[in-house]
Amino acid sequence: MYNSPYLRQNTSVRRVMVTVLVAMLPAIAMQVWLFGIGLLLQIAIASATALACEAAMLSLRRRPVARALGDGSALVTAWLIAVCLPPLLPWWMIVIGTSFAIIIGKHLYGGLGQNPFNPAMLAYCVLIISFPALMSQWPGLQGSDAATQLNWVLGGERALDAVTGATPLDALRTGLLGNADVSAVMQSPAFGHVAGAGWEWVALAWGAGGLLLLALRIITWHIPAAFLGAMALVSGVAWLIDPSHYASPAFHLLAGGTMLGAFFIATDPVSGATTPRGKLIFAAGIALIAWLIRAFGAYPDGIAFAVLLLNICVPLIDIKTQPPVFGHKVEPPDGGAR
Amino acid sequence: MLNKLFSFNGGVKPDPNKSASTREPIARLALPPQLVIPLHQHIGGTPRPLVTVGSTVLGGQRIGAPDGNVSSAVHAPTSGRVVAIEPRPMPHASGLSSPAVVIEPDGLDTAIERELFDWHAAAPGEIRDFLRDAGVVGLGGAVFPSHLKLNPGKSGHTDTLVINGAECEPFITCDDMLMRAEPGNILRGALIMQRMLAAKQVLVALEDNKPEAAAALKSAARALGHASLEVVVVPTRYPAGGAKQLIRVLTGIEVPHGSRSTDFGVQCFNVATALAVWRALEHGEPLTRRIVTVTGNVERPRNFDVAIGTPISHLFAAAGLKPDTDKLIMGGPMMGIPLPNIDAPVVKATNCLLASSPTLFAPPEPELPCIRCGECARACPADLQPFELYWHSRARNFGRAQEYKLFDCIECGCCAYVCPSHIPLVDYYRYAKSEIWARERDKDAADSARERFEFRNWRADREKEEKAAKLAARNAAKPAVKPADGAAPAADVAPSAGEDPKKALIEAAMARARAQKEAVAAKNTDALTPAQQAQIDAAEERRKRASELSGSDAPVK
Repeated sequence: MYNSPYLRQNTSVRRVMVTVLVAMLPAIAMQVWLFGIGLLLQIAIASATALACEAAMLSLRRRPVARALGDGSALVTAWLIAVCLPPLLPWWMIVIGTSFAIIIGKHLYGGLGQNPFNPAMLAYCVLIISFPALMSQWPGLQGSDAATQLNWVLGGERALDAVTGATPLDALRTGLLGNADVSAVMQSPAFGHVAGAGWEWVALAWGAGGLLLLALRIITWHIPAAFLGAMALVSGVAWLIDPSHYASPAFHLLAGGTMLGAFFIATDPVSGATTPRGKLIFAAGIALIAWLIRAFGAYPDGIAFAVLLLNICVPLIDIKTQPPVFGHKVEPPDGGAR
Repeated sequence: MLNKLFSFNGGVKPDPNKSASTREPIARLALPPQLVIPLHQHIGGTPRPLVTVGSTVLGGQRIGAPDGNVSSAVHAPTSGRVVAIEPRPMPHASGLSSPAVVIEPDGLDTAIERELFDWHAAAPGEIRDFLRDAGVVGLGGAVFPSHLKLNPGKSGHTDTLVINGAECEPFITCDDMLMRAEPGNILRGALIMQRMLAAKQVLVALEDNKPEAAAALKSAARALGHASLEVVVVPTRYPAGGAKQLIRVLTGIEVPHGSRSTDFGVQCFNVATALAVWRALEHGEPLTRRIVTVTGNVERPRNFDVAIGTPISHLFAAAGLKPDTDKLIMGGPMMGIPLPNIDAPVVKATNCLLASSPTLFAPPEPELPCIRCGECARACPADLQPFELYWHSRARNFGRAQEYKLFDCIECGCCAYVCPSHIPLVDYYRYAKSEIWARERDKDAADSARERFEFRNWRADREKEEKAAKLAARNAAKPAVKPADGAAPAADVAPSAGEDPKKALIEAAMARARAQKEAVAAKNTDALTPAQQAQIDAAEERRKRASELSGSDAPVK
C-alpha cells in the first residue's frame, strides 16, 4: 500500500544526469575539433575509473550496485573531471583524480546527494596541488596528431613543450610580473581575439550547452547569471581603474573555466546553495574569489578553489536565505495580534 | 469588476483526465439493499442517534442530532427500517470503523413532511441553526459544518465570498457536472450566503478547462442580474482549487497557516455546498445525496447522484470495475486516500471514487537519494523548501522540520509529483506530523499529571498551614485566660533567644494537634482485620512518600 500522490511526472535522476551529459557535448566536440582527440581518451579513462570506483564503493557499503550505477551521476562527475583538466595529462593522473573524487569526495560522505564538496573540483584541486607542473601545461592551437596525443596520454615520452604552454591566465600573470602591460602580453600567440586562442570558442560552446540546461529546466538562471555578472563586475571595475594591469571583463568571461564553472560546476545541486537568493550569493562569491585568485594568486585559475570555499558556506547561506513561506510574507492585517 | 488575477507560486500541470467522466450527464443511482449512514461525517462532534434498531424512518428524517454547535445533523436518505446501529468500516485510510445507522430501504421512498422555513424573514442565527439541522457541511472535501462559516464575525461584514468550482485535481468532475446541470441554483445559494455574510462581492471561480460549466454559470449569472456576483475563470494549474491558493489568485491575499480567511475579509465555499444551502433553505431538503465521480479503471466512467450511505461497491458495480484494478482511491490521484474496504459507504466528503491499475498509476519506482535539485521547491504552492522538510523528517529532527514550517504543508503532492528521485515526500511529512502530534499529546498528558500532583501538594500544604494558623490564633487568644499554660512553653523556647513567641505558640499548637490526631486515630484502629491493617500500612507508606516528595521539591508556596 502506498499513498498519494499516485500520479508521478515522467522524470528520474538518470534523465537529469543524461541531459547534463548531452549538454556537455557541444563543448567537448569543439575542444576535440580544435585540440585533437586527447580529450576523448581522457573522458574514457575518467568514466571507466569512476564507474569502477562507484561499483566498488557501493558493494563495500552494501548498497544496490546496478541501480546506483544506472543513475548516471558517476559519469557526470567523470566527464566534468576530464574536461576541466589539461587535455594531455598522463592516464594515471586522471585515475588518481577521478578515484579521489568518487571514493573520498562522494562515498566517504555518504554517496549521492550527501557530498558537501563538488567532487570534480576536489579532483582538480588534489591534482593541481600534487602535480603543479603537469597541471599547467595546456596545448596550444598548433596541435599534434592523434597518435602522438594517444602516446602522451598513455604514458610514452612527454616532449610536451613543443605543443603546450602556459594558459592565457598564466601568461598574463607572468607577463604582468615582468612589468609588461596587459595589451603587450596579449600580443603573444597564446591569445586569440579576447581570451585564449581556441579556448575562447570552447568557452562559448560551454555557454551554449548551459543555455540548453536552462531551457530544459535542469538548472535555474540564478547561478549562471550571478556568476557571470559578478565576474564581469569585479573584473570590469578593476579594468576601468587600471587597464594596463587588469584584463578586460570579456577576457575573464571567456578565459579558463568561467563558462564551464558558471553553467556546469557551480550549478551542481548537491554541493551548491538551493534557495533562489542563496544561489545568487553562492555564485557571486565563487566569481569574486576566482577573480581574486586569478588576479593576485599563484594558480593558473581560481574557479576550483573558489567553488570548494563556497561549498563550505552553503549550509549557512541556505539557512540565512530561506524564502518566505506562503502567508508569512506580510504581517496579517491586524498587525499579528492574534 | 475584477480586473486583475493574481498568481500563486509553484503548482504542477498533470494531465487533467477529465473528459472520460463528463461524456454522460449525471445519473441518479438506484438505492442499494442497505444504506450505511455514518453518524460522524464532518469536522466536529459525533451526532447522537435519534432512532433505535427496528424503528422505521422516512426519507429526510433526522437520524442523528448535532452534538453541540460544532457538529451537524445526519438524515435518512429514504424511507425504510433501521436494522442496526453499530460500528461499520469507514472510507478512511486507517480502515477503522465508526458508529453508523444501517437502513434497509422499503422501496417506497416516502419522504417526511418537509419543514418549510421562511429564510427571507429569519434572523441569521436561525438560518445557521436550520442549516446545522439540515446537515449542510462543506462538500469540497473538508466537510466543515457550513453554518459555522456563514458568520461574518465581529466586523459584521465580509469583503469577498469565493464560491470554489476550480476542481483542480485530475479525474474529478463532480463539481464540473454540477455547475453544468444546476448553475442557477448554485448562484442562488451563493446569494443567500452573500446575504448571511454581508459580503460586498461574490466571485464564483473555476478553472479554464471547464468551458461548458463557465458558459452555464455566466448565462445563469446574467439571468440573475446581480452586479456584485461575478463568474471568474482562472488558469488551470494544480492546486488552484485549494482554498488558500484560490483566494490568492482572486484577491492577492495570502492566508497564513493557522489563520482564518475571514480575518482577511474572505470566505470560501464549494459550489456543491452553495447548492446544498439553496436546497435546504428553499425546499427544506436536508443533505442526503451528493454527486460522486466514478472514474479511472472502470468501463463506464460517469458522475452519479448518490444517496449518502450507499456502499462504494455499488457505485463501482454501476460503472463496471475492470478486473485488473489493484487499488481503490477516494478523491483524486494527487491527494486521494487509499480505500481499504470497498464496502465502506459514500459519505458527505466522497467527491470521487478512482479505480487504479498498474498501467494507469504505475507503482512508485524505487526511492533514490535526494540530490537537492530543488524541483520540489519550485513546485511547492506553499513556498516551502520540501527537500529540507524531507531531510529533517527523515532524520527525525522534528524541531527543525517545524522551523521549516512543516505544518504549512497542505499535502497537495506537487513535490512528490516532480521528484526525480521518486521520494514519497508527502509520506515523510505525514509521518513527521503524526510523530509531532503524538509527542505533543504525551507532553500534554505529562504536563497535566504534573500540574495535578503539584496542586495536590500545594493544597495539602495550605490546609496544614491554615489549620496551624487557626490553632495558633486560638492559642494566642488563650494566654489571658490561662497564663500558666502559656508560660510553660514560653519558658521552654526562651533560651533560643530572639525567637518569635508566636512561632512557639504555633509549634505548641501543632504538637497538640498531632497528639489529638494520634488519639483520634487510635480510637478507630482498634480491632482491625489483618487486611484492614495492611491497607492502612500501605496508605501510611504512600503518605510518607508523598510528604517526602513534597518536602523535597514542592515548588508551590
